[in-house]
Amino acid sequence: MAKVPVQFTLNGSEKAEFIDSGTTLLNALRDKIGDTSPKGGCHQGTCGACSVIIDGELRLSCLTLAETCDGAAITTTLGLAEGGVMHPLQRAFLDTFATQCGFCTPGMIMAAKVLLDHTPNPSRDEVIEALSGNICRCTGYEPIIQAVLRAARANSQNAA
Amino acid sequence: MELRKNYFADVRKDDLHEIGQPRPRSDSPGHVTGKTAYFADRSFPGMLHLKMVRSPHHHARIRSIDTSEAEKHPGVVRVLTAKDVPHNVYTILILIQIGPEDETVLADGKVRWKGEAVVAVLAETERAAQEAAAKVRIDYEVLPAVFDMEEALKPGAPLVNEYHGQNYYLYDSGECRKVRFGDVEAGFAGADHILEQSYQSSPIEHAPTETTGCVVAPEGNDRFTCYTNTQAMFFTLDNTSIILQMPGSKLHFVGGTVGGGFGGKVDVIVEPIAILGAKLTGRPVCFIYSREEEMQISSPRAAEKVVIKDGVMTDGRIVARKVTGYTDAGAYSRHSPYGAQKGAGHYPGPYTIPNVWIDTYCVYTNRTPSSAMRGFGVTIGDFALEVQMDKLARLIGMDPLEFRFINAYRDGDMKAHRQPTEGAALIECMQEASRVANWPVAEKYMAMSSYAKGA
Ligand code: FES
Ligand code: FES
Repeated sequence: MAKVPVQFTLNGSEKAEFIDSGTTLLNALRDKIGDTSPKGGCHQGTCGACSVIIDGELRLSCLTLAETCDGAAITTTLGLAEGGVMHPLQRAFLDTFATQCGFCTPGMIMAAKVLLDHTPNPSRDEVIEALSGNICRCTGYEPIIQAVLRAARANSQNAA
Repeated sequence: MELRKNYFADVRKDDLHEIGQPRPRSDSPGHVTGKTAYFADRSFPGMLHLKMVRSPHHHARIRSIDTSEAEKHPGVVRVLTAKDVPHNVYTILILIQIGPEDETVLADGKVRWKGEAVVAVLAETERAAQEAAAKVRIDYEVLPAVFDMEEALKPGAPLVNEYHGQNYYLYDSGECRKVRFGDVEAGFAGADHILEQSYQSSPIEHAPTETTGCVVAPEGNDRFTCYTNTQAMFFTLDNTSIILQMPGSKLHFVGGTVGGGFGGKVDVIVEPIAILGAKLTGRPVCFIYSREEEMQISSPRAAEKVVIKDGVMTDGRIVARKVTGYTDAGAYSRHSPYGAQKGAGHYPGPYTIPNVWIDTYCVYTNRTPSSAMRGFGVTIGDFALEVQMDKLARLIGMDPLEFRFINAYRDGDMKAHRQPTEGAALIECMQEASRVANWPVAEKYMAMSSYAKGA
């Protein structure tokens, strides 16, 4: 099968790979590059576990062809902590018990990050809307909503 | 969270340091940073992908299997059929002497449900495995199927599973698990009212976010390491050892990290065939259910039917209860004989009833095998019982919570299955619920205790 070159930044570092044409970004990240933080829950765009951030936008990596990401800046949950210090969202998910089995968590955090990047002080409804493409089978969602609201509060206190 | 320390204060040591305190989960730092390693996060050089060819029929005889085209497909390394499995017929609970072995790893001569595994294809890529699987030719003779439990129990119904010989699990007590306590007919004869109702449920899929699967790596020393998301590590180890006729010392299972289970990952399904594939090819093997397989193939909670007949007095006492329960095991036992048996013990509910008669059947049909799921055997029963309790209360014009106080079991009461009640706390829970839900009950009920009768 024809290989195509693809080059992008992942969590700030340069990546260059030859991939089979048609490879999803999810498989490229997980199998080629070794970032397994995006999870494959359905490979058909319904669960949100594979969510990543591409050029500031929330995207499903299972429905994104890796070859379309040439030149993009990609962020995954693995890249959020800085210098070993958790991102406020990660801290908030931990503190509010917003993760049980954890399989949905990286995707949830990606969706929440894009929300807070665009809307630093979201309403509860805005949080629910932003997470509506991500399925969690364990928590019942309420602790996740609380985590996002808490992270937003922590951010605005830091900014003040 | 508030803990009511006044309950049972005299019998409980009150130096609890952990209970009532939030404690971080030890696995959550890994979860939130994306570092937790689930089984599918492991990959090995040269890893093969396993795809299953599944039965398109609910019930059929297999006339022939032709794998020649699949074997020629580029990237295919090995194709497995029933004859490759050392001990192909198994049942999970044989480990605790619940037999007979009634299920094949790969179908041998017959399929009994739509989706049953028939041929396993191992290939260099997932895509090659998928394409080759589509080239396996299986000639079926379709047989009549039965999907309804009561139909399956009728004489002349198609026989689902020859290893049982009849469409129900044969308990040592006969065609069903039985509980007999007091004299139920005398109880009905003396009752002010009789209410008979029937309750039914559909199968329920657990739908974990992570699908079922495993990754197997052959080690240099003739051992196999299996990374799995099983919820039943030792069931899996021991059953795999039986199926592969391989001592447990050759099998190293690594697990404990499960992306949601809810009981859906206790059946030993993916590991034996993946390890067999690794053994026969000498290559690492990955077998992961697609989302479609997770929803259609993995065992759901059983469909159940519960028929409850109660005799009740106008003063609120339930004096007789007769229950017939049916658990739809689907085509194979898995954990269902155990689930149905649990129901038999459970149907009186947390209530003391002097005359009880219970039959629970574990029935085989040509449906997807059912198995464990969160309180299986009692959850649907509880739904039925508590709806029945509300209906009974309405029938005699009594407050539904007060009605439950009157019948609540208390320490020392003999349960229908001959276990004396110990450590009951139903009354105290209902007292708390009455306060919290602002659903007041008469003072005499608030003065009751699980310890002493007569209040
Ligand atoms: S794996 Fe991408 S949405 Fe489920
Ligand atoms: S924590 Fe398990 S799916 Fe969300």
